[in-house]
Amino acid sequence: MSTLLAIGTGKGLFLATSTDGRRNWQVSGPHFPMTGVYAVAIDKRRSTPRLLAGMTSSHFGPSVATSDDLGASWQEPEQPPVAFPADTGASLDRVWQLTPAGPDQPDVVWAGTQPSALFRSDDGGVSYQLVRGLWDHPHREQWGAGFGGQAVHTVLPHPSDADQVVVAMSTGGVYRTDDGGQTWAPGNTGIRAYFLPDEWPEFGQCVHKVVRDAGDPERLYAQNHHGVYRSDDGGHTWASIAEGLPSDFGFPIVSLPGRPDTVFTFPLAADGERWPVGHHCRVYRSADAGQSWQPLSAGLPEAPFYPSVLRDAMCTDDAEPGGVYLGTRSGEVYASRDEGESWALVAAHLPDVLCVRAAEV
Amino acid sequence: MVTVLLPGPLRGEAGGAGRLTVAVAGSLRVVLDELAVSWPRLARRIRDERGELRRYVNVYVDGEDCRHVGGLEAPVPDGAEVQVLPSVAGG
Repeated sequence: MSTLLAIGTGKGLFLATSTDGRRNWQVSGPHFPMTGVYAVAIDKRRSTPRLLAGMTSSHFGPSVATSDDLGASWQEPEQPPVAFPADTGASLDRVWQLTPAGPDQPDVVWAGTQPSALFRSDDGGVSYQLVRGLWDHPHREQWGAGFGGQAVHTVLPHPSDADQVVVAMSTGGVYRTDDGGQTWAPGNTGIRAYFLPDEWPEFGQCVHKVVRDAGDPERLYAQNHHGVYRSDDGGHTWASIAEGLPSDFGFPIVSLPGRPDTVFTFPLAADGERWPVGHHCRVYRSADAGQSWQPLSAGLPEAPFYPSVLRDAMCTDDAEPGGVYLGTRSGEVYASRDEGESWALVAAHLPDVLCVRAAEV
Repeated sequence: MVTVLLPGPLRGEAGGAGRLTVAVAGSLRVVLDELAVSWPRLARRIRDERGELRRYVNVYVDGEDCRHVGGLEAPVPDGAEVQVLPSVAGG
């Protein structure tokens, strides 16, 4: 059994492979050189795992490619895989997220995009169609853009109910559908938007990342633009779980397959201080659904640390014990093969890391 | 017949060719539309799904920046040379 770690960077996709239980890694790449790879997925629902990559050339625009041989070759369709229909008057800036649906929909893949929209593929992630229900939402004209752009950056299919999907966008917040995408409702009750005159709006929050709990699909965790929250009702209402963290600012939040109530974050000091608190490189883990937090630093840099970890630049794998991975804007990638207890460098001096995804293959 | 010159990064989408010929003339739009029939992946790296030139792609018609001579409506006579170049951008 090998472990594959896909590392999307500002200048291409790198693939790290370990064949010795995640002790040593061989890094190849860059695939799609000089493109920003904001989205990558490892789809294990098919007999041969499929890699999906969403890349954007600053010159030549965005696209999505797939590989059925673990990155040895890539295919891109003749027609644009993700494109806005002519009547929308919009054009695709970037694919921010590629998410395989649940196991009961083996050919469905979701794509979250900039500008904020959701696309659905029914052919395993080769070609996608705009989800009109979200695009036509009356709130859309009030959705804003953060520094990174206006994007649906998070897509969370329900593991056993294909009709339920949760998305998150910056800015706009959390939206959810219970009818397979035909209608959408905001789900931001309890999430504070300190940067707005009304700090508790129905929508408009700057949610940085949302993840589903490994055990309870109704339980979600959100890292906000200040604020860390948990929902126990599928994303309708939220309560703070920030107590015990050194800061409630940050970008990624990830859960661990096979470990209910376990979640990891990488706190940054504040909106105006985007480095770890005290410049200490620390991952924080909760094993009780956010009631308490434990700092993890064994093997992480001890020198003053300034880089941030972007919203998709942290992930877990599906191995046992679970692996946790993070990539920095300074181009370093660290891996833990023991659920965050200890860390080791996988790669250094890469371009800025935009996203990571890992799985046994 | 119009000749289209491609920069290195785009030649992979044209079977490795740096020079293509298009059997239509008239305007830049017509030429690029025809290019898209044979080379759709190449064409969408030059224009987005609305048909607009990508911001950091420059197209010259017989040495003139098309944005100065009508954009996509720039006249492209038979025998003209259309050159696609990435602009100076990025980091």
